[in-house]
Amino acid sequence: MIFNWFKKKHNLEDFPGFWQEYENSFEEKLPEDTGDIRFVVFDTETTGFDFEKDRILSIGAVVVRNKSIEVKDNFEVYLDQEKFNPETVKIHGIIQNEKFDKLSEMEALQKFLQYIENSVLVAHHARFDVKMVNKALSRHGLPKLKNKVLDTSVLYKKTRISTNLIDRDRVYSLDEIAEAYNIDMTDRHTASGDAYITAIVFIKVLSRLGSEKISSLRKLYRF
Amino acid sequence: MTNTIAARIADFLSDYPPFSLLEKKQLYSIAAEVRVNYYEQGKAIFLKGEKVHEYFYIVHKGAVDLQKVNEKEEPETIDKCDEGDVFGLRPLFAKENYQINAITDEESIIYAIPLKEFKPLAISNSQVGNFLMESFASNTRNPYSTEHRGKLFTEDEEISFKQEALFDLQPIPMVKKMVTVSPETSIQEAATLMSEKRVGSVIVVEDDKPVGILTDLDFREFIGTGKLSIDCAVNKIMNSPVICYSKGITIAQAQLTMMKHDINHICITKDGTPNTKVKGIVSEHDLMVSQGNNPSVLMKAIKRARSTKKLKKIRSKILFLLQGYLKNNIPLTHISKIMFELNDATIKRTIKRCVDKMEGPPPVNFAWMSLGSQGRKEQLLHTDQDNALVFADVPEEKLEETRAYYLKLATKVTKRLNIIGYEFCPAEMMARNPKYCLSLSEWKDQFSRWVTTSGSEEILLCQIFFDFDISYGDVKLTNSISDHVFEILKGNRHFLNSLAAQALRNPSPLGFFRQFLVEQDGEKKDLFDIKKRGIMPLTDAGRLLILEYRVKNISNTAERFEKLAQLEPKNKELYLACAYSSKALIKFRTKQGLKNKDSGRFINLEDLGKEDKVKLKRCFKTIKEIQELIKLRFEVTYYI
Repeated sequence: MIFNWFKKKHNLEDFPGFWQEYENSFEEKLPEDTGDIRFVVFDTETTGFDFEKDRILSIGAVVVRNKSIEVKDNFEVYLDQEKFNPETVKIHGIIQNEKFDKLSEMEALQKFLQYIENSVLVAHHARFDVKMVNKALSRHGLPKLKNKVLDTSVLYKKTRISTNLIDRDRVYSLDEIAEAYNIDMTDRHTASGDAYITAIVFIKVLSRLGSEKISSLRKLYRF
Repeated sequence: MTNTIAARIADFLSDYPPFSLLEKKQLYSIAAEVRVNYYEQGKAIFLKGEKVHEYFYIVHKGAVDLQKVNEKEEPETIDKCDEGDVFGLRPLFAKENYQINAITDEESIIYAIPLKEFKPLAISNSQVGNFLMESFASNTRNPYSTEHRGKLFTEDEEISFKQEALFDLQPIPMVKKMVTVSPETSIQEAATLMSEKRVGSVIVVEDDKPVGILTDLDFREFIGTGKLSIDCAVNKIMNSPVICYSKGITIAQAQLTMMKHDINHICITKDGTPNTKVKGIVSEHDLMVSQGNNPSVLMKAIKRARSTKKLKKIRSKILFLLQGYLKNNIPLTHISKIMFELNDATIKRTIKRCVDKMEGPPPVNFAWMSLGSQGRKEQLLHTDQDNALVFADVPEEKLEETRAYYLKLATKVTKRLNIIGYEFCPAEMMARNPKYCLSLSEWKDQFSRWVTTSGSEEILLCQIFFDFDISYGDVKLTNSISDHVFEILKGNRHFLNSLAAQALRNPSPLGFFRQFLVEQDGEKKDLFDIKKRGIMPLTDAGRLLILEYRVKNISNTAERFEKLAQLEPKNKELYLACAYSSKALIKFRTKQGLKNKDSGRFINLEDLGKEDKVKLKRCFKTIKEIQELIKLRFEVTYYI
């Protein structure tokens, strides 16, 4: 049993049903045409930046397909917290015990996996959000996310012309990009609001990268 | 489940009819069903003849052209929708296909409202239904603001938004019921008459022939100042002789005449001389009002614009004007000047508004410099904003504090300019970048460094800064920079030589077989880059040669070549050809840009007719010749 750890392929039956469904969804290949791909643009609000100690407070997500967002098809959950970091309340305004319908971490993950299926995930500084979700999954004995991931901060950088005048290693914040693209920033720092802003940025970036480059989307995947 | 996004969309919708007429709950449920669509510029949302969608649309960001298509398949804009306007209502009322095109005029975000969910509301709420019906029927989007409809500016005057007859050489709007008096009438009587009839001028006539004209201005000059008493006869103060024209005078002629004589009124007589009967009078004011898209009207509108949004709207009218100018083949020198002035006024106005918005007044004098094409007065379409800021020297300990103030100001200004339509410079060559927001002595040091180091990067920067134009603020500061630059360039042959090498980096655009060289790869593959291959080599050449002569204050490329033709008679022909080519290429680019609604930089050669191709090739021959001249004159071999 202890060596299960090193096994390359885990045994699917050992996992709860929802995870099995999630894994099975990957049997289906992603569409060739970018217009047909279901992108899930998401954002997490967390109690902090420590992957070990901090927890997810909420997850917001929207679906982008063929340059449009179906508002009805959005995802928004708030998680019950045993941990509480008063410092971050200033940023996202989520106070413990505030009146939201809250889910346990497990329920939230289950819902999230059902929502994303095999879609391509998109987030701003995606590494952080994906890792947060993965840490939560591992707390419940589940493997890591299997989805392809795109990072809007990286995509945005690719739209900038390359010249020595631009600092190539510069990291662009969501605020900066939203300002450059003239996007309203209401609801900034709620998971849903940020997911929506990121989605608009994502659509604009995709169109700026040009249709030619979209076909080689594969090169842009982060993980 | 909460839906933050739906709430935010509901917030937006609630500001605009028909959604403003819905109850909060209804609005929210509709908002949750909305689909957010993104379109690039120039994309069709729907086209005439297309099957109707299951949605109707409201513009969230951007603008949409509604176009009628005539028999000749030429689309004609019948309406423009911007933020909050609804369109595509046909499927609400009829099952037939769309009758018009809806094309995005700029990058847009459009909310699609599903009919299935909305229709029941339109039926149950008669107000909503009526609004939509009326919108659909009249093709105007907001019947509640009929007074705004079809008008450009609504503050003072009624100016009609005329589409056709833009620069038509149409006859002037003459006022036939003018007020006339005899030369012996007293000033008081004349003034009373003018007040009564509410006019700004009277014509003084003798036997129906005009002998003089009297305007409001004269009362100020002579009576207000106490020079003359109100009992005097009008012939003491009238302007004489009167500038007369016959009825056939065109608007353009009338404007020129007024400008030339510095007058505001022209008298219309039977044969155009003061010796025949007075027929009417034309005032500058009437001329302006008659033309909604006249530059002076736009200029006034810019100067009194109170919001960035308004400035943006005016900008779109400016493009309209530009289109008309090009269509009517007005000389490019003239167009450039007008466009420059309008751009310049927009920038000035924006800066002025931002200065007022700052917490305190500017700590010291400063100047806002426009660089690149706006600096060269060659910016016809919107292109990137390149700008920089210089402020007067302050004591060392105050320096950063002062810079912080101007950076803040610059951030405000550049942001607003971006909204108006001047894209951010991708290389951050803007005043909001601490590298381009410097004090006077910092700028001088900067230029000294650039000129002495002369790596290719520095040259690139220098080139941009040699074409600056002051947009706002203290001209002494920018002059001082120019003087400094010319001072350090004195005898610096090395620098000029490296500039020359730069000017030759884009060789003549024609290949060995006289075919066009197109882009080899990337997004613009197979397109012809008219800026890089045509306009830039000429700009670089003009700048280099004029710097060699140390001529200040001419930054326009064509004007530079015209000046060079004067200075160097033996190469006069070539220089004039360059001036011509520079104008022709810019005009070409502008036309392409207007056609494709972009910067016009990349041209698809297949779209060009034979005549255009020949014209372009002729320009390119000139480029080759001027490059040969540079090669001979400067020792460039070391640098290429």
